[in-house]
Amino acid sequence: MDVAKKIQSKFGKKVELAQRSPKRLYILVDKGDLPSVARYLFEELQARFCTASAVDTRGGIEILYHFFFDELSLMVSLRTLVPKPSPQIESIAPFLKGAEWIEREIADLFGVRFVGHPDPRRLILPDDWPEGEYPYLRRAD
Amino acid sequence: MRTTIPIGPYHPLLEEPEFFKLVVEGETVVDMDVRIGWNHRGIEKIAEGKTYDQVIFLVERICGICSTSHPIANVLAQEDLAGAEVPERAQYIRSIVAELERLHSHLLWLGLAGHFIGYNTIFMWVWKYREPILDLFELITGNRNDYAMLRPGGVHRDIYKRDLPAIRKVMDELEPANEMLTKAILDDPVMGARLKGVGVLSKEDAIRYCVLGPTARASGVDIDVRRDEPYAAYDKVEWKVIVQEGGDVLAKAVVRLLENFESIKIIRQCVDRLEELPEGDIWSPIPQMPVGEGIGHEEAPRGECLHYIRSDGGNYPLRVKVRAPTYNNLPSFEASCIGETISDVALITAGIDPCYCCTERMAAVYDSSDKRLYDWQDLVRLSQEKTEKIRKELGR
Amino acid sequence: MGLKSWSLKRSPWIFHVCTGSCNNCDIELLDCLTPKFDVERFGILLVGSIRHADALIVTGAVTRQAAPKLKYLWEQMPKPGLVIALGACGCSGGIFRDSYNIIGPVDRIIPVDVYVPGCPPKPEAIISGIVKGLAKL
Repeated sequence: MDVAKKIQSKFGKKVELAQRSPKRLYILVDKGDLPSVARYLFEELQARFCTASAVDTRGGIEILYHFFFDELSLMVSLRTLVPKPSPQIESIAPFLKGAEWIEREIADLFGVRFVGHPDPRRLILPDDWPEGEYPYLRRAD
Repeated sequence: MRTTIPIGPYHPLLEEPEFFKLVVEGETVVDMDVRIGWNHRGIEKIAEGKTYDQVIFLVERICGICSTSHPIANVLAQEDLAGAEVPERAQYIRSIVAELERLHSHLLWLGLAGHFIGYNTIFMWVWKYREPILDLFELITGNRNDYAMLRPGGVHRDIYKRDLPAIRKVMDELEPANEMLTKAILDDPVMGARLKGVGVLSKEDAIRYCVLGPTARASGVDIDVRRDEPYAAYDKVEWKVIVQEGGDVLAKAVVRLLENFESIKIIRQCVDRLEELPEGDIWSPIPQMPVGEGIGHEEAPRGECLHYIRSDGGNYPLRVKVRAPTYNNLPSFEASCIGETISDVALITAGIDPCYCCTERMAAVYDSSDKRLYDWQDLVRLSQEKTEKIRKELGR
Repeated sequence: MGLKSWSLKRSPWIFHVCTGSCNNCDIELLDCLTPKFDVERFGILLVGSIRHADALIVTGAVTRQAAPKLKYLWEQMPKPGLVIALGACGCSGGIFRDSYNIIGPVDRIIPVDVYVPGCPPKPEAIISGIVKGLAKL
């Protein structure tokens, strides 16, 4: 199964593929298309969702969703950029139960709002942590 | 009548202190909620202020039991980022340390599981057999935990020829002990009655919750990073992935017990190879971290452990993301606990092996509708009483 | 020596709390109870409630969430009692000192009698720490 080809033919211009090494495939998608690509990977191609990671960059908050194909030993990372301020993106947790916690964590630490998340409570920061303060955002200096 | 039972935030089975809220009707659990974060230390943020070498020491202290898993995942991410090669001898040493860790971690789990069903004999026995492994760690790495063996591009310390017989000896002693434990658990009818069918996590749920490691393999999901993306020396030795179909606590125990045999097998082969390879060639330095990103993942005793590193070409990483296996396994309680009786909750919680951290401490919260209070010790007592009941029924 | 201190020295019961440690100290503490070290021989017992305990062993670098609970525990502890900070994190904050979510080390929250350094301290060191603490009484 050639994952890269399948994704390319399915989504065409919506995705931009970058094969770093035989085992690592990075796909740049627009944040609006992300849920559909993630859903395709998880439900059709049966990839295992590992986790998501966010990083604060100049252009906005970059979120990577890591999927792993166990039989192919291929790590596919969906990269998307969520512009600041008041970053928000559609949640993938409604169809991907395993993403529920990590989205709550990113919301805690980076202040990204996941639209449609079934349970958007605080996960890892203390309850008395000040609202609107996100420890992983870089100061604008 | 519905009763809410708080467990935690400090209780003995969880890697981090966590807060569970169980809602029970009579004896049956109908709903539950988990709140984590009591142990949140901001490690990923601290890592941004450490050099690449120092990050290894930091991630080693994420979890004391997986204190080789996180460094391995981290150096794999760094090597993925830099495209570095690792000397063959270092690969074998990594495998030996990782498998020794798996052995001690699985034994630790087995002991605690024994304690929770009221078989304290198993607890004491198993921990007795675990002790030689820690002594072995002290011999080859210099510390009982937190081994500081890993470094990007290799390992810090060689395992010398003079220490190899000691490793072999411990393995030779551990194998019959593990065999005895396996038999003691699998052939005991009380154990069977107590563990079978408890806390079943179906294959569909396992995939839906993206669970990892022994929790997934006990539910028939055939994943193991050691085989699927070989790192260290796992593609150079003979071993097999243990998969069970049951999904209950018994299946999880079987997976761990049988994995111990595989670990012993792997260590023996690695030791044999170390004998042949020349000493000293254990590190190839990475001169400079390029700009870019890397992902490293490896099979910790509890499942896949994943690290993501972003670099801007400087001395410090821009971002280190850590995903520990329990993070994915924990939400699956929702699927495996609901519908079970409250006397099984302690056991099911133990089933996924959230690493042991905090000894008993309960939040004293009164529910307005019912003044009955349980604490973790009560749950353990309930569990132990149930075992006792089964034992009497079976006439043993 | 008063009656209270005298009786305290005989078989100290221990309550253990983790305030954000990495497990290592906790496991090593538990290791003290298992056959190789077996401190129960000397009457040292891990108990489930602070109200029964003579000594409070604290591991970890005290996270923001844990600090009020640690203080609350100490207030409930029968006095006189020993407080033992276990491990590098408990003594000084260790590697986690600079984190945004850490307000420890332990002695910033409650008074500490004995410090047992090490990452993690060996079971022998833990036993020695308890014994030294008892000698102090």
